[in-house]
Amino acid sequence: MNSEITQWDRFLASFFDLQIMRKYLPDIIDGFLLTCHLAIFIVISGLALGLLLAVIRAYEFWLTSWLIAVFADVMRALPPLVFILLLYFGLPGVGLNLSGYAATYVTLTLVLAAFSEEIFRAGILATPKGQWEAARSTGLSFGQSLAYVIMPQAIRMTVPPLTNRTIAIAKNTALGTVVGVGEILNQATTGQSFSGNASPLVLGAMAYLILFIPVVIFGRWVETRFAWRRA
Amino acid sequence: MEFILQNFFNWEIVTQAWPLLLRGFGMTLILMAAVIPVGCMGGLAVALLGQSRYRAVRWLTIIYVDFFRAFPPLVLLIFIFAGLPFAGIDLPAIVSVCLAFLLNTSAYYGEVFRAGIESVGSGQSQAARSTGLNGFQTKLYVVLPQAIRNVLPDLVSNTLEVAKLTSLASVVALPELLYSADMARSVTFNATPIVMAAVLYLALLWPLVRLLSRIEHRSMSSR
Repeated sequence: MNSEITQWDRFLASFFDLQIMRKYLPDIIDGFLLTCHLAIFIVISGLALGLLLAVIRAYEFWLTSWLIAVFADVMRALPPLVFILLLYFGLPGVGLNLSGYAATYVTLTLVLAAFSEEIFRAGILATPKGQWEAARSTGLSFGQSLAYVIMPQAIRMTVPPLTNRTIAIAKNTALGTVVGVGEILNQATTGQSFSGNASPLVLGAMAYLILFIPVVIFGRWVETRFAWRRA
Repeated sequence: MEFILQNFFNWEIVTQAWPLLLRGFGMTLILMAAVIPVGCMGGLAVALLGQSRYRAVRWLTIIYVDFFRAFPPLVLLIFIFAGLPFAGIDLPAIVSVCLAFLLNTSAYYGEVFRAGIESVGSGQSQAARSTGLNGFQTKLYVVLPQAIRNVLPDLVSNTLEVAKLTSLASVVALPELLYSADMARSVTFNATPIVMAAVLYLALLWPLVRLLSRIEHRSMSSR
């Protein structure tokens, strides 16, 4: 009997055991939903914070500009996993308990804010000076010029780099698994260790493909579309 | 204040954990020295294959790139580390890490190099070929130098990302900087070692971030 089991059968049994897959599918779906809403929250709050910081920095008040520059540099230089562990294990020592979900959310939001602030700022600086002068000379205030003349042009320029960065950071939600967030990766590895079978991992891989292949293709589309417009 | 110092900047723990962290830092440097050139070369190969005259090869490269860009790097690493043993392939942690990094970073570097190669006008290739250079020489001496100059900000930015990614190796118990720090943390019940790791990462990567900011502003303003 044993001798009849071929290499191929063994491979199928380890990676595509349908019974095990059916058993762990609900867990993977839970993880899928969690990954989705965690990523959406991060993208919304990270981009909003980044835009806010870029606008504050445009006023060029030395103290705020300096603080924002330091913040952006630190968050861009630190590996996000280091910061997640720091929040998760460090803050309870000073009486502040963050869940793994909150630690991941806060970290990735700050990282996205840092990167997007730099990208928005680069866009603002790249808008020709004549645009500022023309806007101000029509009687618009500094804030109005920024809001109605400069930002609309700056944001257009920043769409491709911003899209790529946002996608990369949304994928980093997988880091949450290290501090016990039940997202896709966590559900898949838990399933794998309970069942002693790699099928939950394959299921998790499929979930990531379903979630991120469209996003990657969307990023590609944004890049070519905006490149075409620039030419 | 005393409380914060005690928990995040505890000098006694700094002196205790220092040797362990230094060893981890050395491992991190070795890891970076291994995965960055390998990823770069792999990416160059991917980009050149993407220029192939055969449509099937071009399509396969696009599928390769999008497939591996769709996976978060940690997912790729854990799946290779935890999944391959089921196929009867037992790899040491460091080999799993290098393999995962090769697959992930070659896809990203490949996209950067592709954009660079496409930014060089076709007249450059035609002129080079008509001076008698062969296809390979044309790519090597004429197209690539210009391509790399055009995408230098993206290249540096991607390299910074890869350098930070090495911290993921801690998840598969490779004793690099973050792993050593987390080990020291769990022994001392104190976050100071992680703060130390953060400081070491900053010292190593901050210069790269500054460099990146400078060349990014220059390139966006020149558009």
